[in-house]
Amino acid sequence: MTGPLLDSHLVADRGGFRLDIALTAAAGETVALLGPNGAGKTTALRALAGLLPLGAGHVRLDGGTLDDPARRIWTPAERRPIGVVFQDYLLFPHLTALDNVAFGPRCQGASRADARRRAGEWLHRVGLAAHSRAKPRHLSGGQAQRVALARALAVRPALLLLDEPLAALDAGTRLDTRAELGRHLDDHAGATVLVTHDPLDAMILADRIVIIENGGVVQEGDPATITRQPRTDYVARLVGLNLYRGHADRHAVTLPGGFTLTAAGSASGEAFIAFSPGAVALYRSQPDGSPRNVWPATISGIERHGDNIRIQLDGPIAVAADITTTAAADLHLVPGSQLWAALKATETRIYPA
Amino acid sequence: MRDKARTPPVLAIPAVIGVAFLVLPMIGLLVRAPWSTLPRQLATPHVLDALRLSLITSTTATIVSILLGVPLAWLLARSSFPGRRLVRALVTVPLVLPPVVGGVALLLVFGRRGLVGTWLDSQFGITLPFTTAGVVVAEAFVAMPFLVISVEGAIRAADLRYEEAAATLGATRWTVFRRVTLPIVAPGLAAGAVLCWARALGEFGATITFAGNYPGTTQTMPLIVYLALETDPPAAIVLSLILLAVSVTILVGLRERWISAP
Amino acid sequence: MTGRARLVGVVAAGAGLVLSGGCGGGSGGTAATRASGAATKVTGTVTVLAAASLTEAFTRIGKDFAAANPGTRVTFSFAGSSALAQQIASGAPADVFASASPTNMKQVTDAGLGDGQPIVFARNQLVIAVPRGNPKRIAGLADLARSGVKVALCAEQVPCGAAAKTALAAAGVKLTPVTLEQDVKAALTKVKLGEVDAALVYRTDARTASSDVDGVEFPESAGAVNDYPIVALARAPNPAGAKAFVAHVLSDRGRAVLTGSGFQKP
Repeated sequence: MTGPLLDSHLVADRGGFRLDIALTAAAGETVALLGPNGAGKTTALRALAGLLPLGAGHVRLDGGTLDDPARRIWTPAERRPIGVVFQDYLLFPHLTALDNVAFGPRCQGASRADARRRAGEWLHRVGLAAHSRAKPRHLSGGQAQRVALARALAVRPALLLLDEPLAALDAGTRLDTRAELGRHLDDHAGATVLVTHDPLDAMILADRIVIIENGGVVQEGDPATITRQPRTDYVARLVGLNLYRGHADRHAVTLPGGFTLTAAGSASGEAFIAFSPGAVALYRSQPDGSPRNVWPATISGIERHGDNIRIQLDGPIAVAADITTTAAADLHLVPGSQLWAALKATETRIYPA
Repeated sequence: MRDKARTPPVLAIPAVIGVAFLVLPMIGLLVRAPWSTLPRQLATPHVLDALRLSLITSTTATIVSILLGVPLAWLLARSSFPGRRLVRALVTVPLVLPPVVGGVALLLVFGRRGLVGTWLDSQFGITLPFTTAGVVVAEAFVAMPFLVISVEGAIRAADLRYEEAAATLGATRWTVFRRVTLPIVAPGLAAGAVLCWARALGEFGATITFAGNYPGTTQTMPLIVYLALETDPPAAIVLSLILLAVSVTILVGLRERWISAP
Repeated sequence: MTGRARLVGVVAAGAGLVLSGGCGGGSGGTAATRASGAATKVTGTVTVLAAASLTEAFTRIGKDFAAANPGTRVTFSFAGSSALAQQIASGAPADVFASASPTNMKQVTDAGLGDGQPIVFARNQLVIAVPRGNPKRIAGLADLARSGVKVALCAEQVPCGAAAKTALAAAGVKLTPVTLEQDVKAALTKVKLGEVDAALVYRTDARTASSDVDGVEFPESAGAVNDYPIVALARAPNPAGAKAFVAHVLSDRGRAVLTGSGFQKP
């Protein structure tokens, strides 16, 4: 076994910001690079594409080394077996959709007729055969995205790179396009690295998610694990959980500041404790009942969250609590109100840090 | 009617004055021209020679300007080298130089005793003054800066990211230039070429100073007009109109969409 | 005031009439000087449009005139005679017109723009201008037609070009110039820069460029001489100054300057 198709360690300095992540992908695998804006995702993608040289580390693809500063190896973008779908698609405005898709094969040496034939097949596969004569400015956002994908795939890349492929689409188009994109990614034989800030994209399209913040990897794993066991605030917010890190001693987790939460599960040593905002109940006066975790809290923010109301609470710990609009009305909630929060231990998850 | 953006008067009035300012002299020519002499003038061999020469030299000068100017524009727009701003300033000098001064400068360099001219003469037996090639050189000298500035602007405005996209698809730098950059800047290039051609066609001072004035070889239409003014002003008017008509026909013939962005 | 100005005008016009009678210059000129000396002092600016070939001579004359008439100033516009004639016809405000050819002068007087009859005040002859040292050993018009000799002529439409054509025809020389310049100074410049081996220019021009250029005389030049007429203009802003300037040009002092520059007496 010669190792994954893509084997990279990306180290780059970009004006006061340092990227240092290891990224691998197997043939047929889709890896999502997920993180907030400014985390370094685009830098990583550009480094993989050959649009940005590494400061250190390496990029190895399909057995060949593309970038290795220590050994002075550098392959420019045009000689890498890659295909890139850019955030703005960047379809050549002066070429038809067909010629856009045929551009790559022609650069690879195909004759114009041959390249156009291949392009035609790809356009058919993405369902745009009828638009092959159209210029990019006459295509809708969703259509342009599919042409961009076809253009990248037409060169039969060993590594497919997608930069926020659905960001430019409106919510409705995004749903359909995401599903279709998923099907094409499944069909793609090479490795795929997908850069996104939308957790839903990552969850749905990727086999594995790499979460980066401030230039470094903070969590890596399959979508299910990440959803159940987030390791940073960012990820927790992403998946909609309250997350805290503290010192566990069987069922009790002591947080910095002294507050202790009781969990149903047990662990020892450094541990995360997570619970959904829906698990937090609010009372006017101190409740007396089964929940193990009860504490006084002050409302610091109120906002709509889907069909519910999300309350941000200050107190011994800062939590987000979701309650129904009816309940909110009944409680007459305003910022600054003092309440009691209650959390059942069975609603929490505890796992080692 | 409601939907159309209406021009505010503060813009419309000066615009109308501007159009009048530019168009009235031509109307003056049209009104005062002795139209009856037009066929006779057109039949004069000297005039037809000069017209043909003018069109040939200005077109050749434009082609030379494109071959030399586009790479120069690319260099100024895309690569950074020490002294780039100085080079750009120098490239625009012919624009502010009085054409006659330009002609004298060309003589000092390419003349029979010029810096480069002596070498050209001794090595290759090539002399530029008093030849048609000299006319092309003089016209290109005054007209090329228009093209360079126009194309440089277009290249600058072109999105670099398209070139990156092309590179990721496997295009070499030359292929990128040929199939992505050039087509995208083509409208700017066309507009610059038109300006260049028009300037070359109307050039007088540099051509007569550097290349001289001899019918058939170096006597272009502007020169004929100037000389006609000495003895036969009505003839000069007619000749001016001929030149005007040819220019306008060609400029109007250029479809507007060729010189505006895609 | 107006009455005395008119008196000056009458006297000067009378002097002009005497001169234009065609007698030799001398006494008539002196009479004119004496006449203007007895008239009112001339003041103000005098605007003179003069042929390009008169540049050096007239500039000196202008200085003399200003010195002799304190409070006056002479401004010149030197250009091709036909361009000047057209400017006058289009209403350019000028006091005096000195042309390098009677043809251009006729344009002005035919339009009624001259005040009185024009007077020929100088004549100019052609010479062959060659670069210093005469490298191609040009001795006469015939040499100009030698192969390998590049010659610049003035265009026919310009006075010096017409004269050159006459001279060449008289000598029976068939000449293909490399260029037909639009004024005599441009032809001279080509010689100075060494771009051409010879040019047919006025003797006065060859003299002004004597440091760079040698003048080769040729006999046929006598057959093609340019007469230079001068006239005060009818719509002159400064009629007194105009008349006085014309008189000064025709005077001994003026004549001396002209001859010194290489012009011949009319």
